[in-house]
Amino acid sequence: MILHRRKLLTAGAGLAGTALLGGCDRFAGTETGRRTLKVGEDANLFVQRLLMSPATLAREYPAAMISPWFKPNGTIDPPDRDFRALAAKKFADFKLTVDGLVQTPLSLSLADLRGLPARTQITRHDCVEGWSCIGQWSGVPLAELLTRAGLKPQARYAVFHCADTLEYAGGGLEGGDGASLWRPEHPGSVRDGMIQLAAAEDWGGAPPKADKGTDDKGTDDKGTDDWGQGAPEPEAPEDKRTPIRYYESIDLFDAVNPQTILAYDLNGKPLPVSNGAPLRLRVERQLGYKQAKYVMRVELVDSLAGFGQGSGGYWEDRGYEWYAGI
Amino acid sequence: MTVGSHSFDTTGVLGLSREGGTAVDRAFPAWATLPADQDLATGRRWHFLFAWLLVINGAVYLLYGLFSGQLRRRLIPDGDQIRDFAGSVKEHLLLRFPEGEEAKRYNVIQKLTYLVVVLGLLPAMVLAGLAMSPGVDAAWPWLPELFGGRQSARSIHFIAAGLLVLFVVVHVLLVLVSGLVNNMRGMLTGWFSLGRPEKETVR
Repeated sequence: MILHRRKLLTAGAGLAGTALLGGCDRFAGTETGRRTLKVGEDANLFVQRLLMSPATLAREYPAAMISPWFKPNGTIDPPDRDFRALAAKKFADFKLTVDGLVQTPLSLSLADLRGLPARTQITRHDCVEGWSCIGQWSGVPLAELLTRAGLKPQARYAVFHCADTLEYAGGGLEGGDGASLWRPEHPGSVRDGMIQLAAAEDWGGAPPKADKGTDDKGTDDKGTDDWGQGAPEPEAPEDKRTPIRYYESIDLFDAVNPQTILAYDLNGKPLPVSNGAPLRLRVERQLGYKQAKYVMRVELVDSLAGFGQGSGGYWEDRGYEWYAGI
Repeated sequence: MTVGSHSFDTTGVLGLSREGGTAVDRAFPAWATLPADQDLATGRRWHFLFAWLLVINGAVYLLYGLFSGQLRRRLIPDGDQIRDFAGSVKEHLLLRFPEGEEAKRYNVIQKLTYLVVVLGLLPAMVLAGLAMSPGVDAAWPWLPELFGGRQSARSIHFIAAGLLVLFVVVHVLLVLVSGLVNNMRGMLTGWFSLGRPEKETVR
């Protein structure tokens, strides 16, 4: 009798708990729910901006504290044919475009960028998944490029267009026969997914079959310099699917910060592909997913509405905060 | 799960859980997490929304408690309570609760626990959480140093959160066993029966 009542109470409490949490999930799925859940992010942005000026610097560390291995996460080896062609020539043909709401659009090679004033900083990279890593980054301050290009007064955001495809419109990244749909959920799942797909299947914009042999090195996650591998197959059939590539955006408050650089060196050596070669954004006051890799183009805009699903970045379009200061 | 020679079925509690009928490998069971499925982005949004509610309420509570003297009056154990600490432990173990005049103040274990929670665990959890933020760390570089770095702050954040869950469980259990109706009436209306001996009610 007592036992029955206890069972009943336990079951009842469990059901009530599940119903309450289930109600929260349903609420989060509504438009009001989404707006309510965004209040925390708005408060984070508002309060953190009160605590900082555009010039506030993230802590820089002594060389002795550099992590022995800088964990590559998210895309570790872009499958895209154009990118592979660039990588095969050690990015000799790479040009960074700076355009949009600027007086003078720029087109700069890696050699041009290395000729500009540089900044080197040893900073901590904080992933949204919880881990951190300390690395030394060298690159061109974004402010240097913006000064040379000349901002138009309407410019409010810098959008970073990246070379790596993460999925295809309407279909995730398809495994070989299209049987398994794969959707990234967080940066680590992209990395794991790519390692799996690289080992097994045609996994993206790279030529499907001819490339398979070199793709296998996607399992190499040691962060070694892997330039010049994965040469493209020129006769590959054209891919008709619409790729969804990584992109990110920051506002001018972060864009003009001295530590905001487009990095070409990691720990004193050319940036490995797994860490974002040829250029990776560093926005040191924000989380890892803001640090866009494989940056091809910086576009100055007055609104983020026209890009992706309008939230200002690949992960932002999938529910992550645009302001990733916490 | 196997501990020594004993095996336990932890399905639905640890390690394995069901999401819409499929078994998934995960640390916390789906029924206990918000959102139910593994969704870091939405989880973070819930987390920060309620973090702000906690911080704002907590700041008002602490400021009022400190400046009005309520925290000192209610939570610092009185001399006689400290001298009878062992007696209070024994009463708790026997699940016997004070009645009469003694029920008008918190008992010594209660006071010490509340002090640890209010001035220790909650502030430590909030500050350790902030120390994980790259933005806050840029503005307040001393904060992560206080905890010995971001990863130590992360451990402290989770340990403090775990202890708070433990506190809530024990607290609610004690509310239940020490007289649910009387306790709830006391909290909601201010009317609290001091128990049988005096047959008296105080406001």
